[in-house]
Amino acid sequence: MDEISSLMQGFGVILTPMNIGLMFVGIILGVLIGVLPGLGGANGVAILLPLTFTMSPTSAIIMLSCLYWGALFGGAITSILFNIPGEPWSVATTFDGYPMAQKGEAGAALTAAFTSSFVGAFVAVVMITFLAPLVAKFALKFGSPEFFSVYLLTFCSFVGMGKGSPFKILASMALGFAFAAVGMDTVTGQLRLTFGQSELMRGFDFLIAVIGLFGIGEILISMEEGLEFNGKSAKIDPKVVLQTWKRLPKYWVTSIRSALVGIWMGITPGGATPASFMSYGLAKKMSKTGAKFGTGEIEGVVAPETAAHAAGTAALLPMLALGIPGSPTAAVLLGGLLIWGLQPGPLLFVEQKDFVWGLIASMYLGNLVGLIVVLSTVPLFASILRIPFSIIAPVIIVICAIGAYTVHNAMLDIWFMLGFGVMGYIFKKLDYPLAPLVLALVLGDKAEDSFRQSMLVSQGDVMVMFSNPLVGTITTLALILLFWPLISKGLALVLPRKVDELAAERPVD
Amino acid sequence: MEHEDKSRSGVATYIVEAFVALVLLGIGIVVVVESQRLGAGWTSDGPGSGYFPFLIGVLILIASVGILFQSLFTKAKSTEVFVDGEQLKRVLAVLIPAVVYVLAMVFIGIYIASAVYIALFMIILGKFSWIKSVIAALVVNALFFFMFEVWFKVPLFKGSLDPLAFLGY
Repeated sequence: MDEISSLMQGFGVILTPMNIGLMFVGIILGVLIGVLPGLGGANGVAILLPLTFTMSPTSAIIMLSCLYWGALFGGAITSILFNIPGEPWSVATTFDGYPMAQKGEAGAALTAAFTSSFVGAFVAVVMITFLAPLVAKFALKFGSPEFFSVYLLTFCSFVGMGKGSPFKILASMALGFAFAAVGMDTVTGQLRLTFGQSELMRGFDFLIAVIGLFGIGEILISMEEGLEFNGKSAKIDPKVVLQTWKRLPKYWVTSIRSALVGIWMGITPGGATPASFMSYGLAKKMSKTGAKFGTGEIEGVVAPETAAHAAGTAALLPMLALGIPGSPTAAVLLGGLLIWGLQPGPLLFVEQKDFVWGLIASMYLGNLVGLIVVLSTVPLFASILRIPFSIIAPVIIVICAIGAYTVHNAMLDIWFMLGFGVMGYIFKKLDYPLAPLVLALVLGDKAEDSFRQSMLVSQGDVMVMFSNPLVGTITTLALILLFWPLISKGLALVLPRKVDELAAERPVD
Repeated sequence: MEHEDKSRSGVATYIVEAFVALVLLGIGIVVVVESQRLGAGWTSDGPGSGYFPFLIGVLILIASVGILFQSLFTKAKSTEVFVDGEQLKRVLAVLIPAVVYVLAMVFIGIYIASAVYIALFMIILGKFSWIKSVIAALVVNALFFFMFEVWFKVPLFKGSLDPLAFLGY
């Protein structure tokens, strides 16, 4: 039981007043970010990242990962009280959460959502505790072809599991890689795609892209809809919480099933949204009261929330063990590791034990702290959405601009941010997914390095991707996912078609 | 970066769709040509600088042709209006001031530009009284000032004219 003792050591690392304080700061800021339109987990972390440059990596990751948990919790508040999903994966929560709020059961819906979020995250963290060291140990044997095949799998699974036009997923991903290529070539030192502009030498920083695409883009979208928030008010008192907690154990099957769905989908990139929908669909099919789903069933809140949080947490497993993030927010955290001078990947478990186990321990504690904080402060956060949008919008744009500036202390980055904002607006309206772009931008250099090294080993022979059973299996899996849109069309001709009734509501992310 | 002027009111979504695909096609061509110039082939010490970007450029070309085809010639073609006049007005009401705001930042720095921006946004778009707006703008920016300059010691851009020089930060 090495893991248990390492975990205890991790708790030892994080249980300092400073770190506990940062945990609270992270959670509260995270909920705030999750509630405000235009600020989500990914760009919240991106904006705060420059402020952590001077902290120790462990304290910094504790604060930023708590921000992530907070944002995940915050998404449920807007979904249930305002019928506005703060994040793509809280869309499924609105199906039953908002009707519950309309019936006057907002407190119960919120308690159920937060508690199931906690359960989902907890199950996923337990999984990470025991599985991540194994995966990392296994990955220590990886050579560059293996790593490239895992990158390939990551990106192909966007095409295979994503919604919407596969060409758009491909375009978004390739565009991310192209942006990543701008600037100095890490191998030869040559300048690429800079067209003689010395300002472009630094390349496009993914933090700028994240702040622009998700922050400014989101504000433009919200503005277009002329947002007026008409929310239900909620009061959570201990009585409601206890009553709801009494009702929840009845749904333990749903919870476990949803947590497993979430973990499974979360390890693959972009998995939280499909996981929440899949789990909602499964619960609807298997529940005795399935026909009443959509009218305010508590089970319809439990299922998607558990799955989304399990997925959001599980997304950190590939980031920790392989250095490959499973979600845009995990990608930003990974970028943070690089900035703090840590090399993400399997070696992290060997060389940075304190950091890794501190982070894992903080996941346990952070989610518990998060649960307590959100249960006690919901009315406060709900009142934030009642602040008129014409105050929130300029303040968020100012925060984004400051965030973009602090990355490199460069004015040009603020212009890039605006550009990415317009791009994010148009892409979002045309259903281009943004997650592949961000992941490609973060992983671009590393994916390229592993590809070039593989090619160097084989002297340009692509068949190196099939040179041993391991790399061959991963590559084959990747190719199946890449051509899945075609394969599923072929299958649909042969097999009777299953109707996915929730397909229309599921957002592209 | 594509620009917003193509989304005039009443333009059908598939036209915007096709336009974006053409922009992507353009980017793809630029990437491919530039990678060729850098050396997309095999050099004496392995794959050249343009080796990987070349493949990426090809991917962009494939994707953009696919999107172009889907947007113009398939049943999925969307003839809905991309943005109507009212929506466009609202979007530009945020976007144009934001551009002016960033431009102002170059001269008068982040703090002053932000304060003016928040105040004007509230007065003009939010129809707040100017007293409330100015107070909100000042409070928010004083908070930022203390947070960045004093607590975190991360100096922000003061602008070429540096109107806050008297504060000594």
